[in-house]
Order: sequence, then structure tokens, then C-alpha cells
Amino acid sequence: MEILTQIFIQPFFDMIGDPILFLQVIWEGFVTGILYSLIAFGFVLIFKASGVFNFAQGIMVVFAALTLVGLHENGVPAYVALPITIFVMYALAFSVEKFVLRSLVNQPDIILFMATIGITYFLIGLGESIFGGEPKVMITEELLLPYGSITFFDDMLILQEIDIAASIIAAISLIILGLFMGKTRIGIALRAVADDHQAALSVGVSLNTIWVVVWFISGIIALITGIMWGAKSDVSFALSIIALKALPVLILGGFTSIPGAIVGGLIIGVGEKIGEFYWGHLVGGSIEGWLAYMIALVFLFFRPQGLFGEKIIERV
Amino acid sequence: MPAQNNYPEIILSVDQINLSFGGVKALEDINFDIRKKEIFAIIGPNGAGKTSMLNVINGFYHPQHGEIRFKGLHRKQMRPHEAAVQGIARTFQNVALFKGMTTLNNIMSGRNLKMKSNIFWQALYYGPARKEEMENREVVEYIIDFLEIQSIRRTPVGKLPYGLQKRVELGRALAMEPDLLLLDEPMAGMNIEEKQDMCRFILDINEQFGTTIVLIEHDMSVVMDLSERMIVLDYGRKIAEGNPDEIRSNQKVIDAYLGVAHSN
Ligand SMILES: Nc1ncnc2c1ncn2[C@@H]1O[C@H](COP(=O)(O)OP(=O)(O)O)[C@@H](O)[C@H]1O
Ligand SMILES: [Mg+2]
Repeated sequence: MEILTQIFIQPFFDMIGDPILFLQVIWEGFVTGILYSLIAFGFVLIFKASGVFNFAQGIMVVFAALTLVGLHENGVPAYVALPITIFVMYALAFSVEKFVLRSLVNQPDIILFMATIGITYFLIGLGESIFGGEPKVMITEELLLPYGSITFFDDMLILQEIDIAASIIAAISLIILGLFMGKTRIGIALRAVADDHQAALSVGVSLNTIWVVVWFISGIIALITGIMWGAKSDVSFALSIIALKALPVLILGGFTSIPGAIVGGLIIGVGEKIGEFYWGHLVGGSIEGWLAYMIALVFLFFRPQGLFGEKIIERV
Repeated sequence: MPAQNNYPEIILSVDQINLSFGGVKALEDINFDIRKKEIFAIIGPNGAGKTSMLNVINGFYHPQHGEIRFKGLHRKQMRPHEAAVQGIARTFQNVALFKGMTTLNNIMSGRNLKMKSNIFWQALYYGPARKEEMENREVVEYIIDFLEIQSIRRTPVGKLPYGLQKRVELGRALAMEPDLLLLDEPMAGMNIEEKQDMCRFILDINEQFGTTIVLIEHDMSVVMDLSERMIVLDYGRKIAEGNPDEIRSNQKVIDAYLGVAHSN
């Protein structure tokens, strides 16, 4: 009985008993979640445009952050390093299309997936050989990101300013990307490709252009995520594992749904923080690492197509 | 130029095309010419390579050997985007539409290449982009009237019956104002009435807009009525070429359709 109370009753009493603490936990989860949303957005974009699960998404986060910090370490001022990094991400998108995707067109999806694994190891090697393998510190201050904190309710609720900035920047990025997809010609073309590949090609949409665009956008998203995440921990290759968190987010949200990626990211972010804080001690802590996968797994049983994904009905 | 007057102008030549998938030879040494403004048919049993032929023409498939010459330009390999830019439009055997979009927007997507204004124009200076949109809208409205689909303008195409979807798909291809229109079994799955409508549209398109049409169709009576010339494919090879009368009396064609020539 004792254990059942601890699992099913006590945590909820704790939440109601200290609502400000509960709010704090939700906030922390939200901040993490919105970064998951961003990463998942990058995945969905590439998946919709080419049906490829981009294994390299995580390493792109590291590579972007590393380039930015590495340039700065070598004496390039932040306001120059940032545009250079953006250009590097463009060059990456361009090269991926020209040297990898273009020659693999019409190959089975698994081949393309393998190619993204190849890209991953290429980027690890390239990043290490140029910038070295040691962890680096994100140049938060130079990028004019705030670092103080704001408190509410007699210091009971503490919000880090960097987290607030991260949320605002992530939210703005998501809104801009949403408008881009809905309003611009290339965004509409991209949706057309996602909807029906052949049809889009037949009306003259250039798949090559679309690929460069989606990889570039994913690269920008990776850069934003890398800066924000790097500001919270540090910039190292270990950072790329946050991309693995995108997997449960995608299962939850559906691989082809952008709103799904956003909502899924928030659910996973908040869910794992609440789980860790209120239930974590029951199993000796650090359930944050795997809870997301559990949530996704349970979810798979009930809605395999994800929250917003289309139901897949194979006609045979 | 006067010397050419006796000869019909060739818009597309298919020269020694060979295409295989792994061990399967989908097309073997295919040659034929398509004349400007004609309705040309490709016929043959299932799996003969008809769709593959269209896929080669509009750049979906790249043949291992041979080349295509379209409007005088040689092409060994062509991407679908380039084919569209050069004026080749098509429809698909299994309707390929943007299912969630309305009829209007599907047909509008055919104007993709006619729209000049880019993202920056759209974002910074809405004026020209808007004017352009209006002009393209006019063309689209004309096509909607032409194909008699005013009543479904705002319907998401996924909800339409198959026959109408095929018509919308034709509309989208027409919106590209193509010089060469490839139709892959445009009447498959239609009832008699729908077939008659479709035949009428194909003839009207050919006459009113002077569009050259390549047609794949199974219904022999339809093919014989519509097309001036045709080729017959069987197991990836061209077994006959000619006008309807020549094809009707060709022994090889009769054998292919009755299955006499195939031992298995
Ligand atoms: N993408 C492809 N991959 C493998 N085989 C293909 C592909 N497309 C067509 N084929 C093969 O090529 C042959 C011709 O097919 P197709 O052109 O679709 O014939 P048709 O349209 O005359 O019915 C068939 O044997 C088919 O299986
Ligand atoms: Mg076919």
C-alpha cells in the first residue's frame, strides 16, 4: 500500500501543496521542451522533403556551435563569427545536396539513412580536426544573451534570463519558419513535395533546390539549438545526444507533422521534468534519461501515427 | 526552311532508348518520333514499358543508353524540373494530386514555373507578386471553365470521385501551358460518360491550344478514335508503329494482345 500511495497519491499532493515549485518544474521542462521542438522541427522538415530520417541532425547542432565558438576562439568577433557560421551551414547544405543526395536519388530510404550516418561521422571528424575535441564554453555574453535571473513570489520562482531568451528566440524561429512554409513560394513547393513527390516534380519543382533549402533551414535550427543548449551546458560532441531525444518527440508528434513536433517537444520536455522531480526518487533518480522513450512507447500502442500524423493506410 | 514543308515538324525524338531495373529490361532499343500537334498513342499489354517510356521522356527515369531530343535539344539525362521548364507536362496512371489542397490550388500549382516573383518580392514588396498572382489566377479560371469543373473549385481533391480527380490532374498539367502533354491512362477507371467527356477534352486541347499529346490508353476504341499514329510496346520492345488501320491489321500486335507470341 505504501508504495502505491507514493506512486499515485503523494506526488499530486506535493504538486498542489507547493504550486509555485510545481510551476518552476513546468517552466524548466518547457525550456528544455522548446529546444526539443526545434530539433524535431529540423527532422520533420527533412523527412517531409525527402523521406529521410536525418541521423546527422544531432551532430549538426554540435558542428554549428563548435564552428561559432571555434571562430571566436581564433579571434573572430562574435558579430562576424555568427554570419560566417550561417554561411558554413549553407555550404554544408549545398555540399550534402551536391555530393550525397543528388547521386543517391531514387535509392531506397535505407541507403539515404546510411548516407546521413556517413555525414555524421564526416562532420565529427571535420569538427575535431579543425577545432579539437575538448569541450568549449558558449560565447553567450558576446552574443548579447542575458545571463541574470528574474525571481517571482518572494524568490520562490526563479527564471534564468537565458532560458527566457531561449524560449523567446525558439518561439520566434518557429513562427518565422511556420510563415515561411505557409506563405512563400518555396515553402509551398516544399509542402507540395511532401504531399506528393511525383506531382511536385511534374509541375517543375526542383528537388535539388528544395533539398538545399531544407538542409540549410535545418542547419540554422541546429545553430540556434546549439547556442541555447551550449549556453546551458557546454559545447562538446556529447551535445549531439539531445538529438536522440527528438526520436520520442517524433513518435509522439508524428514524423510528418510540424505542429506535432512542436507540441510533442513540449510534452516530452515538461513530462520528463515532472516525472524526474515527483517520481524520480522512487526509482533512485535520473529517470529523465529514459522516461521520454517510455512515454513514446506507451503512446505507440494507442496512436502509432502520432498526435497529428496522418493515419497510414497501406492499400494492397 | 521551304524544303521542310513536305515533312511534318518533329517535336520529340526518342533514339535507341534502353532502360533496365536490375535484371529487368523495361525498355529495349526504342525509337520513334512525335510530330508537332499530333495525338500520338503508346499501347501495349500491362508491364510492356509504357509508363516507363513516359518517365524517361519527362526525366523521372534516366535510361542507360540512348537519348531524347525535344524541340531540337539533345538530352541524355534530364531532370523532371528541366523537362517541365522546357514545356513537358503530364498526368499519372494513379492520379498524383496534392490531396489536401482544393481543385483551384492544385491547378494553380501548375503555374509554379510561370510565377517569377521570389520570396523576397513576396516578403518585401507585395505589389508585383500580387499582380502576378491575379494574372495566373485568370489562366487557372479559364482552365476550370474549359474542363467544366466550376462546381468543385473549392473542394479538397482528396474528397472528389476518381473521375473528377483525373480531370483536375489534367487541369494542372494544362495550367503549365505545355508544348507536349503526356497522359498516362487518362480514362482508366472511368464510366462511359466520363470517358466521352475526357475524349472530348483531349481533342479540344489538341485543337484549341495546338498541344502535342502522347497518350497511353487501354481502351482500343478510344485509342483508334483519338490518335493519328501510335506505337505498340510488348515486353519493353517496340513491335509496331503506324496509323490505326495499320496497327489493327498488324499480325504481331494481334499476337501480343492475344498472348500467342509468348510461350509462357
Ligand atoms: N521503378 C521501377 N523499379 C523497378 N522496376 C520497374 C520500375 N518501373 C517499372 N518497372 C518495371 O518495368 C516494366 C515496365 O513497367 P511499366 O512501364 O510500368 O509498364 P506499363 O506502364 O506498360 O504497364 C515492368 O516489368 C515493371 O515492373
Ligand atoms: Mg503503366
